[in-house]
Parts: sequence; structure tokens; C-alpha cells
Amino acid sequence: SNVKEDNPASLGIRAQSLSVFAYVSVYVMVKVFQAADATDLVTELRRSFDDGVTRGYEWRVTQLKKLLLICDNHEPEIVSALHDDLGKPELESSVYEVALLRNSINLAVKQLKDWMAPDKVAKTSLTTFPASAEIVYEPLGVVLVISAWNYPFLLSIDPVIGAISAGNAVVLKPSELAPASSSLLAKLLEQYLDSSAVRVVEGAVTETTLLLEQKWDKIFYTGSSRIGRIIMMAAAKHLTPVVLELGGKSPVVIDSDTNLKITAKRIIAGKWGCNNGQACISPDYILTTKEFSPKVIDALKQELEAFYGKNPMESKDMSRIVNSNHFDRLSKMLEEKEVSDKIVYGGQKNRDKLKIAPTILVDVPLDSQIMSEEIFGPLLPIITLNNLEECFDVIRSRPKPLAAYLFTQNQKLKERFALTVSAGGIVVNDIAVHLAVPTLPFGGVGESGMGSYHGKFSFDAFSHKKAVLYKSFIGDAAIRYPPYSTGKLRLLKALVNSNILEIFRVILGLS
Amino acid sequence: MEAMKETVDQSLREMRETFASGRTRSVKWRKAQLGAIIEMVKDNEEKMSDVLFQDLGKHSTEAFRDELGFVMRSATTALNCLDKWVVPRKSNLPLLFYPATGKVISEPYGTVLVLSSWNFPISLSLDPMIGAIAAGNTVLLKASELSPNASALLAKLIPSYLDTKAIKVIEGGPDVATILLQHQWDKIFFTGSPKIGKIIMAAAAEHLTPVTLELGGKCPTIIDHHSVSKDMKSVVKRISGGKWGSCSGQACISVDYVLVEQSFASTLIDMFKPVIRSFFGENPKESGCLAKIVTKKHFQRLSRLLNDPRVKASIVYGGSMDEEKLYVEPTILLDPPLDSEIMNEEIFGPILPIITLRDIQESIGFIKSKPKPLAIYAFTKDENLKTRILSETSSGSVTFNDLMIQYMCDALPFGGVGQSGMGRYHGKYSFECFSHEKAIMEGSLAMDLEARYPPWNNFKLNFIRLAFREAYFKLVLLMLGLTKGVRK
Repeated sequence: SNVKEDNPASLGIRAQSLSVFAYVSVYVMVKVFQAADATDLVTELRRSFDDGVTRGYEWRVTQLKKLLLICDNHEPEIVSALHDDLGKPELESSVYEVALLRNSINLAVKQLKDWMAPDKVAKTSLTTFPASAEIVYEPLGVVLVISAWNYPFLLSIDPVIGAISAGNAVVLKPSELAPASSSLLAKLLEQYLDSSAVRVVEGAVTETTLLLEQKWDKIFYTGSSRIGRIIMMAAAKHLTPVVLELGGKSPVVIDSDTNLKITAKRIIAGKWGCNNGQACISPDYILTTKEFSPKVIDALKQELEAFYGKNPMESKDMSRIVNSNHFDRLSKMLEEKEVSDKIVYGGQKNRDKLKIAPTILVDVPLDSQIMSEEIFGPLLPIITLNNLEECFDVIRSRPKPLAAYLFTQNQKLKERFALTVSAGGIVVNDIAVHLAVPTLPFGGVGESGMGSYHGKFSFDAFSHKKAVLYKSFIGDAAIRYPPYSTGKLRLLKALVNSNILEIFRVILGLS
Repeated sequence: MEAMKETVDQSLREMRETFASGRTRSVKWRKAQLGAIIEMVKDNEEKMSDVLFQDLGKHSTEAFRDELGFVMRSATTALNCLDKWVVPRKSNLPLLFYPATGKVISEPYGTVLVLSSWNFPISLSLDPMIGAIAAGNTVLLKASELSPNASALLAKLIPSYLDTKAIKVIEGGPDVATILLQHQWDKIFFTGSPKIGKIIMAAAAEHLTPVTLELGGKCPTIIDHHSVSKDMKSVVKRISGGKWGSCSGQACISVDYVLVEQSFASTLIDMFKPVIRSFFGENPKESGCLAKIVTKKHFQRLSRLLNDPRVKASIVYGGSMDEEKLYVEPTILLDPPLDSEIMNEEIFGPILPIITLRDIQESIGFIKSKPKPLAIYAFTKDENLKTRILSETSSGSVTFNDLMIQYMCDALPFGGVGQSGMGRYHGKYSFECFSHEKAIMEGSLAMDLEARYPPWNNFKLNFIRLAFREAYFKLVLLMLGLTKGVRK
């Protein structure tokens, strides 16, 4: 301020009036989201849903196409917001957020008619004959999508695509930890979509808590296991079904018969090339043999230099750490006793720029922080084993991750891995790509989550599959009704066993 | 209680060890267990009928139809179809990912908990267990203490027929359930009331345990008398059989109330009377074909519902009760007040309110004003009404021109929506209910695209953009240097 500071007393008064002024201004400018707002919001959306606004094919396709327009017309702004929030390189934003979304929307538009059509049920059984049946897909109603900060556009809009295709009204709450993206999402969705049925609520814990007190027909949450529990607990109060896309420590097992150059490149692209390790399916740690480990480290070092140069802290091809909280969290992991001396590559940090260099560590203690919680950052511990077989026990002793990776040419090992390692999804000889495949369900198990989406799985996630049975009045068998008799019992048994001969015998006997 | 805690700890430990050993993964093991369940029911049909009579007063035919026969059929289906169900499903991958392959395999969750209800204590215990076992899990069953004889029989028989290291039974009430729910399970399957369902889900949330909740609701039955006048006798028989012939109305999919046009109401009531008499004779209490009310507490609940003076005034048939015999006569009400308790909670008993409307089309709005039920029944041949019911109401299932039998059709998923539950089972859906659908993708180490890797540049950006659009021709042009960029 230009005002000359005189004495502490007048400073104090000035400070007070300034803060009062600021408070009032903020209150006036930014309408505080309160409980009544949450209730009103849900009431309004429920009315739209009950009025049938979202049910028709036309409405759904129109909304989806509007989402496509957002991708087409606003990519530079999206890239810019992602750069502000995360320092995300343009390619990552264009490819892993916008392009993936475009594909997702196009698929939904193309397949929607198919998806909406009832499933005919092949045969109904002899006991219910004559009948025909089908499964009808119906929207759940008014749904809530809570997304995460690391892929703020992808993880907001992809579930919304599912919600809209399935015919629901939807409220999106983007993460406040990516504020530029959150406000851009709010602006664009309001501008392009039907606000009587699709809304964005920005905010943090307070707003989320208020939203969670409402009754939703489904809640779709992407984030941490800790918050996942809170979400499910809140959902339980209303018997609201949930999809929880959480995380975990996704292990990478490297066999000595693999093509090490390609393996290293894929791991690097999948880890540091995807939001600098801040992704739910990021390769978290490596498991390999003591013998092979030096080669793995060399390959990684070589390719890391090829990708990011000799001075990776200066490279523009990596996102930064999202904020100082996470920076401090990762710093602490590196500074832990018996961990800090295991760094074999990288380790440089810059708190002002929120950057940590790609860092590789070898054989940190298994009970260290870095091996106990999801890293979600550019640190890669390598744990060496006497025998690759031991990897199964190491993985099994930890909570089930969202993804598990294996690099090998050994067919038997591939089969054993796929069968016995429990994870949301398994990828052999690559990293993270299964996220982009719409024909594979993407979701976790155990601590890494419940439910799945992508492609038709998104449509299913937001639908109720209603069983419909059509019966006629022909053949009203007396055996169905009281008074019960042994004859009826025998016929019933024969029907249950589909024993045609017995059925005839009993019917003849009865008649 | 300490002893019970110890038992639970030990059981869980053993089941987890068994699961880790891989024994339950083998299809041979699963089939052996399913076969053993069929044998167990076949060998003990009489004993099972007896306990169902003791606990619920069920006639042996009703017991067979609704429980024993049903379980045997369910296990047989699983046995016959298991080889098909366990086969991984191939997924078609977009060309972009060539030569990668993808598939989905069904993997057992691990150690699962089945909590069953008292009204169909044998089938609601064994049927979910069949699903859990078919999917390769270890499973612990806690049957309801309100059907103590059935629970005790299962606790005795299951260890002698099935693999005790993998399949266990614990008996007890809410205090045992509380202990069980403090532990981490890989899946919980619960059949019961919405009130308890909420408690189960909240407990499961602590451990991020997925749940299937088979709850209840007020299942309405619409009678469109205009279009089914020819078959009205069948309609009344089916409703009567469904309501009073299956556990005396104490079923989650029982007819809770009927909706019919005002003009037809008295005719309808007159049609019910002879049908009820033909089913249960002049003295239903002595017919042996009417199940009893499960406990004094439930009897008193029903008594309270009926004793509301305005409700009592609406009784047009039946109404007699005998607390000692836990008997409630098949009772019909005509237009009890809509704000009475009986019209706002699931009745779960042999009382049938008939609600009259001016026009049957109003039934849609009426149903929508209440929580989503497990089933909607509609007797109609009017295609427009059918379409309206399907598209404007929401329920677990809809059955036209019959009742309850959707339960028997194991090609149809059985489960609720909203207050009536989440998740589904029966047939293949049981298998899926207890499986984690794990995606497996395999890439090739042979081919590699430089465009996948940093350092980034415009070429790589354009390459990837085109690849995502599956614009393969343009992609080739780009690689040949015949095109520089791509329009966003």
C-alpha cells in the first residue's frame, strides 16, 4: 500500500478495517455454498429428471456433442489451465486429457443407441414357462461425480460422459487443488450444457460435505482410499451405490529376459511422462532380482537422460509437484533415515519451483514411508529379490493396487501373474495403456476401489439394469396354489429337475 | 462374547489361509462343493422341511417350491455352467494398440460374508453361498437367529458336507453380526431390511468392502381390470397365491398392496373371498397351508398396523389374529388412509390393502411417490400402460401378469435399486456378484513407437493426435513427411 506506515496502533485499525472490507467483499462476490443451496440444487435436478429432461436419446446425444465442442473449441484454454495447476506439458494435456476425452465422447455418441436398447434374455426356465424376458437399462436419477486434481479434465468429464449417456442428471464437483481447471470446467459446462440437469459445484471440504449430506442415486468418486471411506460412509446413510476409483502402490516386476531398453522407456513414459508420477496407475515401485537390478538401473538412467536431458529439473516435459503439501510429503519420504542413502539417481529438489528430479532408490526398508504409502510422485524405489518368484509374496503382503505390471517374455510367468496377482487391472509388457482401452473395465479391488468404468462400462455404472418378465395367462398350473398335496409336490419336483418323463407321468396320474 | 470374538478371528484366519493356498480357485473344488450342496439338500429334505415348519409353519410343498427345490436347481445350474463362466472374455482392442491383446478374467474376491434373512432361511443362505463358491471364494454364513431351527440345522449339516476350512457357519444375532462386521471382508452379501442394510454398508465402508444388499420395499400390484377382464379369475388366483401362499406375505417380493380403479374394487374383493377359501378352507388357521408370523415381535408389529382405528375400519375381509399361534388371517383392506403406518412401511405379512384410483393411469404417479420397490407387478394387456410403467417407474424388476416368478428365472438378475438395494444375483449374476472383473492387457516388446516418448515435439504431438483419432492414413502420411500438422 502507498500509505506511509506511522504507528502500530493506526496500523492495527487499518488492518482491521481492511480485513472487514475484504471479508464483506468476498462474501458479496463469491456466494458461499450452504446447506440450503445443496438441497435446492438436488431438488431442482430431481425435478428435471422427473420431468424426463434427461431420458431421451436426443438430449443425451446433444449434451455429448456439446462436450465434444468444448474439446474442439477450448483446447488451448484447457492446456493453459492444466499448465497453471500442474505445470503439465502441452502434449500430456492434449493427449491424456483432451484426446482421450474426445475418443470417449465419440464412442458414446456412436454406441448410445446400442447401449440404450434392452438386452433380450435368451431363455426363461421351464418352471416359469411360458414367459419372455428382457433387461431394460434405466438411469439411476441424480448423480454426483467428485473428481481428482491430477487429471482434472479427464477425471471430471469422463464419468460425466457415463452419467449423461445413461440419462442421469449430474452434479460435478471438481478438485479444489486444481483451481484453474476447476473454474474453467465450471465456466465451460455452464456455457455449453443444459444447466437444468448438469451442474458444477466448486469448492473444498465444506462444499463436498454439504453435497454428501444429500440423497444421490449414485456417487462416483476418484481420489484417495482415505476419502473413499468417508464417501462410502456418507452414501450408506441413503443406501446410495458408489463407484470408488482409488489408488495404491502399483508394482512393476521386471524379469531378466525382457527387452530392457523398451521396458525402461515404457516405465519412464508411464511414470514421469504421466503427470510426473502423480497418477493412480503410476508405476510405484520395481521388483527385480539382485542380479538384474544394476542393468535395470543403468537402462533407466540412460533413457531418463535421453528423455529429459542431463538437467531434468530444467526439462519442460514433466509436470511439477502439485503443491507444497505434496512437495513436503515427498521430501519427507526422501529424507527418512535409511532411505536418503539409497538414492542412486536424482534426488534434487526445489521447493520454490515445486520440482523434484526423477529419483531412483534401491532397497529402501520395506517398512519405510516410501514403501508403505502410495508415492504419487517422481520417486521410484527398486526392491531387489534373490529370486523373482518372491515378487508374489511382496505384492500379496500389501493392499491390492489399482494396477500391477510385469515385463517378461516368459509365458508361464505371465499366466501365473495374471491369475494370482490381485489388482484392479494387469498390464504385461507395458504401462498404463489399459486406461485408454474402452473395451476393458477400469477400476480397482480392495483398497484400490470398487466398480469400474470406460466405454460401455461407464454407461453401465450409471444405469440400473431392470429385469422385466412378461407372462401370459395360458397354463395356470394348479400345482402353484394351495391347498398343497403330495401330487403337487411330486410335479413340482419333476419340474424343478426338468424331468420330462416324470412330468408326464405325474400329469397323467393327476388327471 | 470373548469366545465368539476368538471364534471369528480363528475362522477368518483359517479361511484366509485356505484362500491363499489356492484351493478354492480350482474348478474341480468348486464343482465338488456345489455337488455336495445338492447332496446335502437331497439327503436332508425331510429335516429341512421340518425346521421350516418349526420356524415358520411352512407346508412341505411350499418349503420345497420356495426353498429346497430352488436351491437344488440353483446349485445344478452353477455346476453345469461353471466351466463356461470361468472362461476369460476376450476384449477387442482398437487398432491403435496393435499387437496388444486384452481380456477380462473373473477373479474371486477372497473371503466373503453372507448374512441371510429369516423368511427363507435355507434358500437365502445357500443361494448366495452357491454364488460365492462358484466364484472361488471362501465364505462364512451367519443365518438369522429369528429362524433358529433352520440356522442350527445349517450349522450342523454344512460342516459335514462341505470343506470346513473354506466354508463356515456361525450362529447368532445382532451381537454376533456386530463382531463380524468389525472385521475386514472382501465382500459382504446381505439380505434383510433397509434399516439394517444402512448399518451393514456403513460398517463395510470402514474397510472399503463392496456390498450387495438385497432389501425390500412395498411392491405394488397394478390391476388394469379393463384389459384383463377375461382372465380376472387367474389374476386373483395369482395374487392370492403370491401373497398368502408364500410365507404368509413375509417375502421381499411379496405383493404389498394392490392398485385398482374405484369402479372395480368391490367386484375384486368379492372375487378374492372364494379364492382364499379354496386355498385355505373355512378355517385358514387349521389349514396347514398358511405360514405363521415368525416371532411375537413381528406379530405385534402387524397387530399395531391393524389396530390403527382408521385401518381397522377399512377391513373388508379377515382381520382375526391369534398371538399364541402367531396367526394372522388373510386380510384385505379397502382404502386405508394413505398416511397410516401400514401404507408407509413394508407390511411383510398377510394383510393386503387395496387402494382405489379414479383411473388406472394414476397408478404410475402413486408408485413414484414412494421409494423404489424391489418389484412392480402389473396385470394388464394394455401396451401403452406397459410402456408407461417401464419407462416412468423404477424398481428392481417388473413382472407383467404374474407375481414372484421373476425370482425363479435365473436368466434374470435379481436385485433392487434405491431403497430396495444394490447389486444383484441368481444364475450367472451370482457368479459375477462374487467376482472381481480383472482386466488383463498384454503389449508386445517387439514393436515400439518413438512418438510415445519424451522429449516432446510437434511431430510426436501430431502423431499421437492422429493415432488417437484412428486416422491411420493421415498417420502414414505424417510419418512419410507428406503432411506437417493436423487440424485440431
